[in-house]
Amino acid sequence: MVLPCLASDVAIMSKDPFASADRSSSVTAPPSNFDNKADTLFRAASLGCALLIILLVAYILWEIGGQAIPAFKDHGLGFITGATWNASTQEFGVLPEIWGTLFSSLLALLIGGTFGVAIAIFLTQDFISAKLSTVFRTIVELLAAIPSVVYGLWGIYVLIPMIRPMAEWLHTHLGFVPFFGTELSGPGMAPAALVLAIMILPTVAAISVDAFRRIPFKVKEAAFGMGTTRWEAILKVMLPSVSSGILAALVLGFGRALGETMALAMLIGNSNQISLSLFAPANTLASLLASNFPEAGGIEIEALMYAAMVLLFITLVVNVAGLGIQQYTMRKFEGKK
Amino acid sequence: MTQLDHAVAEADMRAVSLNRQTFEPRALKSGILTCITWGITILASVPLFSVIFMLIVEGGARVDWEAITALPPSAFEEGGGFGNAIVGTLVMVGIASAISIPFGVMAAIYLAILGPTSQIASTTRFLAKTLTGFPSILAGVFTYAGLVIAFGYSALAGGIALSVLMLPTVVLAAEEAMGQVPQRMKDAAYGLGCTRTQVIFKVVLPTGLPGIITGVLLAVAGAAGESAPLLFTALFSNYYIEELMEPTASLSILIYNFSAMPFENQIQLAWAASLVLVVIVLMLNVLARLFGQPKV
Repeated sequence: MVLPCLASDVAIMSKDPFASADRSSSVTAPPSNFDNKADTLFRAASLGCALLIILLVAYILWEIGGQAIPAFKDHGLGFITGATWNASTQEFGVLPEIWGTLFSSLLALLIGGTFGVAIAIFLTQDFISAKLSTVFRTIVELLAAIPSVVYGLWGIYVLIPMIRPMAEWLHTHLGFVPFFGTELSGPGMAPAALVLAIMILPTVAAISVDAFRRIPFKVKEAAFGMGTTRWEAILKVMLPSVSSGILAALVLGFGRALGETMALAMLIGNSNQISLSLFAPANTLASLLASNFPEAGGIEIEALMYAAMVLLFITLVVNVAGLGIQQYTMRKFEGKK
Repeated sequence: MTQLDHAVAEADMRAVSLNRQTFEPRALKSGILTCITWGITILASVPLFSVIFMLIVEGGARVDWEAITALPPSAFEEGGGFGNAIVGTLVMVGIASAISIPFGVMAAIYLAILGPTSQIASTTRFLAKTLTGFPSILAGVFTYAGLVIAFGYSALAGGIALSVLMLPTVVLAAEEAMGQVPQRMKDAAYGLGCTRTQVIFKVVLPTGLPGIITGVLLAVAGAAGESAPLLFTALFSNYYIEELMEPTASLSILIYNFSAMPFENQIQLAWAASLVLVVIVLMLNVLARLFGQPKV
């Protein structure tokens, strides 16, 4: 094959060896100038979007924090230990709300955590066929998809009437126990914690299932090979191996419970008091925000922003702890860095 | 043969039986725990069925053409509906999707393909995970401080508050989906001389698309059901939305408002609105599952 090699062609090729290939429309053309520019632009835009998330978090902190500063100057740490919330006398304290938030979330964790872990065991330890297991997992996931307000509505019109006779019986017969010290007047801690437990159950179950899946199959085989019953294998081998994963599930579920708003605002009764009784109305930080924000003015808004910062701080600590434990579990089993 | 059989039978009689007896303590304990686990699992599905049963009985009785088109009734009025709330929810979820999907997918591209191990990527990933556990009401507080104080209650503010909640879900799901694309497919594309952008648009995005769509649909479903961030950003309105900068009704806030009212008509409408909302959310979930079937 003879290539007619013109002087002008040689001149072009010496500047850009791919120039002739560039002009052809073959599929093997190298990236054009436009492609390279688009590539640079696109990568910059993509990096920008990743940075945007960092900026967003910083902006959220700055915005809420900035609004809370006047209230922080006015009330200082007394805000956290104060027990009254009165806009007309400008006395603001969130101790009952902090108590209510932690108490309701702990109760929910106790119930939802037990159920969640039990369900995770049920779904992963060969109790049912893989097909049936998928059905149950779908049910649990759909439980998570139902909006919070719908649970609130269900709580008001189904759950409260349902637990009322039980609550009355417990109060009359076991009224000396501080947990049953008051009558259930309607909304209160017990229905709120129960609904909260239903809402965190899918979170706990999903993360625990992941943790169980991560155990190498040979561990279970070895346990069964030693002649253990199914539950000896679960209690003595599987559970200790996933303990950190379950801890992560519980902590993240707890974080979910702390921030839950609408169902609690509808069910907990919004009353600023500290009580051990499960049947007394209480309040949480999130439902304080939900119920007081719409009608609040100037100084109360600042106090609410301060309350929002307290809530943000609590959930941030809990969530970071949960994520840390989850990372640790993954590293333990998969050697990921 | 018979001798051997005889020997085996004799050994059986002398040795401890290796078969597990149903009522020996260990097996009994195992059996009891199994029953408890079954019980717990069935008990845990009761709320779901109870909620669905109530929605169908209470809500289904009231859902008709009037309910999904008419305006909310006032205190002692009969009839009415929540058409404006359906439209408002769709508009605000639309705004939130229009903001969070492009930004979220772009950020996920950086996390999954362009700089998966960089410091920026790990920080972003960590913050996105933290944001998924972020109390939804704080998205409302943030938007209130940043937008509502200056511009007043509006559908736009509601949409932006929802987008703050959708963003981390979209980012993490899209990153996960793109991370599933086999390295050899990307290597083949690079080997042909593609720029990174070409690899992303011609290989990674098309291959990871089902997973991305699943994540996006789940985020949209979550946003549609959210109410806390709308409480003091979009507020509520008794009329159809006419412009983006006015207070806007949404299904979830309507349920919240009506659930506390002492009127039978409003409570029935709250159940009907719940049914409509749950149908929307569950349909999105089912769609997400259909798209999520692995194809790689």
